[in-house]
Amino acid sequence: MIELLGYDFMRRALIAAVFTGLAAPAIGTFLVQRRLALLGDGLGHVALTGVALGLLTGVAPILTAVVVAGLGAVLIELLRMYGRTSADVALAMLFYGGIAGGVLLTNLADESANSLNSYLFGAITTVSDGDLVLVGALGVLVVVLSIGLSPQLFAVCQDEEHAKVSGVPVRLYSILIAVLAAVTITVAMRTVGLLLVSALMVVPVAASQQVTRSFRATHLAAMVVGLFAAVGGLVTSYEIETQPGPTIVLIALVIFGVASLVGAAARRRRPRRHPVDSA
Amino acid sequence: MTLLPLSVRDLTVSLDGRPVLRGVDLDVAAGEFVALLGSNGSGKSTLVRAAVGLTPIDAGRVELFGTALDRFRDRQRLGYVPQRTRAVAGVPATVREVVMSGRLARRRFAGWRTKADLVAVDAAIDRVGLSDRTRSSVSEMSGGQQQRALIARALASEAELLIMDEPTAGVDHDNQETLSELLGSLVHDGTSVLLVAHELGPLRPLIDRAVVLADGAVVHDGPCDDILDAQHVHVHRHDGSPDQPDGFSGNPMKV
Repeated sequence: MIELLGYDFMRRALIAAVFTGLAAPAIGTFLVQRRLALLGDGLGHVALTGVALGLLTGVAPILTAVVVAGLGAVLIELLRMYGRTSADVALAMLFYGGIAGGVLLTNLADESANSLNSYLFGAITTVSDGDLVLVGALGVLVVVLSIGLSPQLFAVCQDEEHAKVSGVPVRLYSILIAVLAAVTITVAMRTVGLLLVSALMVVPVAASQQVTRSFRATHLAAMVVGLFAAVGGLVTSYEIETQPGPTIVLIALVIFGVASLVGAAARRRRPRRHPVDSA
Repeated sequence: MTLLPLSVRDLTVSLDGRPVLRGVDLDVAAGEFVALLGSNGSGKSTLVRAAVGLTPIDAGRVELFGTALDRFRDRQRLGYVPQRTRAVAGVPATVREVVMSGRLARRRFAGWRTKADLVAVDAAIDRVGLSDRTRSSVSEMSGGQQQRALIARALASEAELLIMDEPTAGVDHDNQETLSELLGSLVHDGTSVLLVAHELGPLRPLIDRAVVLADGAVVHDGPCDDILDAQHVHVHRHDGSPDQPDGFSGNPMKV
């Protein structure tokens, strides 16, 4: 295992995995809290159009992806707040538009859809030093804001109306959450790929809430699970020669499975401290 | 001129183009317990939602503590308890965490909890009788307990005006009595309460004034003795200060 640390590309990949594994569940917890778990997927698909735009214009795809995904995030929040379209339909539009737009633009760039492969499935071993700086900076931004603004973001996602009555700027923070999700997606794009990036935002959260009772514990445990899955998945993929993206996600799912069993067993064994009462 | 906690003048609200409130006037004075009654569709929920800024106003004026609603910044003076239990979200949260979000009026943009916040939160949880459930997940509690957690959330901000939208909906009679003891003690301490209810039940003795809405307009505004209520034969005349509940914070469980 130590041998892989001897490779530059592996060291860079590991660092990218650390940032991704921490950032994705850091913001993902809030998405799951407000039952928008699929938003990550929707934005991932929109990011594909951003990548294609980069391929077409010659601008670094990760930058165009951040911009387009960010705009998509703002758009979907505005639709959700002011529009008459239901959230699931609006999300579906993003899915379809994202993929169709992405492939179309790629075709216009005289390339077939295959060029999008490394973005769809990730290519963590091709992370350059420049990419790493961007991944690191954005990853730190997501984690710092997710933790730093946790009380306010918690309130917005737990009960948006009550937060609004309390004077919390719910519109601003809803858009911020969506934009941070978009940023995370582009950070995770190189690691797990756009198709699976949502998994890293959601599965660690799902795993930790099998055994936690508080929001804080869920939030922190999700980041630990994300970190473990990302690094563990990367190392495993090196050892068994598979693509890192799917390996990372499968490890996260295995952790979820184990956590479900542990949680169920713990609940069955817990002594009934509180008699059933009507109110 | 003393500032009224809530003053609504000529309020007109429509939803989806349909007029729901037609020129409603409503005042809540300091220390008053006002019940807002009416059948389904009468507009009572819309009225309180407009009063706290959740529903846009077409015409008229809402003032909280003498300040127009859109310029009102002292949000900690207002405690809001919504209609349906919105205590449970997609991830777990403890009672303390949910009640703590009631302190955000003082740190709306950023800022973590302080010692003062913890003291106020634990006091509010104690007040509604959920002290032994402080660290429990809200999703593992009954509907009535979740409602009490939401009331504690409103109390945590040490609000002077409580606006509650049907807090007794779906709560059985024994626990409505417990709730009315809590509300009585709050009013005794000087908190103003505006409470939307379908029927008065055990709350009747506490109420200073009842406002009845029908079809978006006020049809009655006065003492509730005038209201015919077939479900209650006895009208308990009350002199205004209920007994301090002694067992309330100790053991909330009534079987």
